[in-house]
Amino acid sequence: MNETSAMLLDSGGLDRLIGVLGARGFRTIGPVVADGAIGPGPIRHVVDLPQGWHDEQAPGSYRLHRDDDPRLFAWAVGPRSWKGELFPPRSVVWRSSGEGDSLEIVPVVDEAPPVAVIGARPCELAALSILDRVLGTSTHPDPVYRARREAAFVAVVECSTPASTCFCTSMGTGPAVGDDRAGDEGVDLVLTELAGDERHHFLVRAASPLGGEVLAELGGEPAPGWAWSARDRLLAAAEGAIGRALDTDGLAPLLARNLDHPRWDEVAERCLSCGNCTLACPTCFCSSVEDVSDLTGTVERHRRWDSCFDLGYSYVHGGPVRTSVSSRYRQWATHKLSTWFDQFSTAGCVGCGRCITWCPVGIDLTEEAAAIRASDGAGARAYARAGAAGGDQP
Amino acid sequence: MARTAERPAKAGTSLVPLAYRVAWRRRETADVVTIALEAVGESLAPFRAGQFHMLTAFGVGEVAISVSGTPGAPGPVEHTIRDVGAVSHALSRLPVGGVVGARGPFGTSWDVTGLADEDVVVIAGGIGLAPLRGAVHQLSGRRGPGRLTVLVGARTPDQLVFADDVRRWRELGADVRLTVDAATPDWGGEVGLVTSLLASASFDPARTVGLLCGPEVMMRFAAADLADLGVDPSRIRISLERNMQCGAGICGHCQLGPLLLCRDGPVVTYGGAVAALMGQVER
Repeated sequence: MNETSAMLLDSGGLDRLIGVLGARGFRTIGPVVADGAIGPGPIRHVVDLPQGWHDEQAPGSYRLHRDDDPRLFAWAVGPRSWKGELFPPRSVVWRSSGEGDSLEIVPVVDEAPPVAVIGARPCELAALSILDRVLGTSTHPDPVYRARREAAFVAVVECSTPASTCFCTSMGTGPAVGDDRAGDEGVDLVLTELAGDERHHFLVRAASPLGGEVLAELGGEPAPGWAWSARDRLLAAAEGAIGRALDTDGLAPLLARNLDHPRWDEVAERCLSCGNCTLACPTCFCSSVEDVSDLTGTVERHRRWDSCFDLGYSYVHGGPVRTSVSSRYRQWATHKLSTWFDQFSTAGCVGCGRCITWCPVGIDLTEEAAAIRASDGAGARAYARAGAAGGDQP
Repeated sequence: MARTAERPAKAGTSLVPLAYRVAWRRRETADVVTIALEAVGESLAPFRAGQFHMLTAFGVGEVAISVSGTPGAPGPVEHTIRDVGAVSHALSRLPVGGVVGARGPFGTSWDVTGLADEDVVVIAGGIGLAPLRGAVHQLSGRRGPGRLTVLVGARTPDQLVFADDVRRWRELGADVRLTVDAATPDWGGEVGLVTSLLASASFDPARTVGLLCGPEVMMRFAAADLADLGVDPSRIRISLERNMQCGAGICGHCQLGPLLLCRDGPVVTYGGAVAALMGQVER
């Protein structure tokens, strides 16, 4: 962390940050309270942020309450991640008109102005890094995601108030932005909210050249030593407050060798196959296309988020491949924690806990993984993982 | 990533098809048609045998169709389509001059260019011969000691495709054997599963490469039989099908365990991961 480029701002400084980004042409979005939850929304001033709001989360449960806490970021994560801002739930890919040799196919260029995300969590930054890899580095990268991501400004606020469903420490994604991660190019500013003894400040570090430029425009004082030690205390307390854990040691091969484990059928008795977990997940990236035509002969290809819990997701002529809820839950869980590594050399989970909170029946991914670990081998069939030796497998 | 507030000028176009026109069409069976496509304007990159294109029937939708033509052959690119759903129905009814959208080529190939000395055993079920056709054309023209065996199964004699090609491959020295599940009175050939043809085929398992395409259950048994005969499972290549939509590994639908089949397939090595995954894990 480059301490020389760190500043201490008060909430007026944060207000200036929103203003400066707006003046640079960014659509400024941040956490706002709407529909009983905290989620991305337009912000113009610091008063738009959820001051005094707290979230209480548990498997299948999310409640907001407010008190006179001066802090703006004393909550964990809401149901909607920033994914939707960079990878919109619905978009139009192309449009065609005419017919025969005069048929024209025109790509629909994303017209959205560049977005400035203010208040993403460290786990959500990790999720963006995963999406960068999945959608941004394919041989044929996703044009909408890549354009929006490249143009986006990201200011992360470190986490002071984890929820009971959080397990970022197991995934190495929070509650702090690690020095290694702050050095990457996926983030512009890293903020830590410091409050106490009548003081309310933000320790702000630049993590990119543009972040440094913007920070220089905000004024404020260079970060004093007490701010750094306050940050250390805050993050240590946050880390200690995380009560949920996922044992990731050897987890990918563990799941790969337990595809017939009876636990998959047991969880399927509770799973509604509703897909909430995939919609709330900040890394789920699956999408589907459908063609829409009108009487003038114009055809549009629409893309929308899809979910591996949907029966039609695995459809090939003759019917879906994964007909049972058990096979669909297993597909999702093993993708997140096992086959994602084979496909993209990273986990597909950041430990934000959304899938646990927003599961209507409170299925807990960490509990399911632990149950399989507890009786490893109960499912005999396995496949060799990529990179492992081929040939006979049990 | 770059950090500017300027909006990038143009989105990529790999998700956007190019216009192709039906140059000619040929009916293969009652529900299978070959359409040969030529670019209306800009052309797609050249394909390799075993790769697929995403074809759009405008106003209906898009499906993955294996190229059934021969790589490098001049003229329109052949696609052999079985009428099984809304999009394949629309594609197979297109008249000459009709326009489709085409993206690709996507995926892995049979990779037969290096196979001069090897014996090659091709096993196809039904329309599964279509993605293999280009590879068999390439193999039947090769010079080298390797023998070429082509085993084709179909449900009934009238569902056997590419009769002219079969004749040509035989003339070029390939051992082509056909079988059907259910014979008709005019059928004088073999009756039985395609795997039953393996017993009398002549190849040296130690230097054999298998290329398989057909229903998954057929490939599973054929691959297991080849392995039992001594063919190294890592030298058995099979073409797998899942719900291919984007072709770029970014929509997620074509997953089979660790594989994204539009990217890591459709042609994959049977040994290791795939042998255990095929047809067993998912249900």
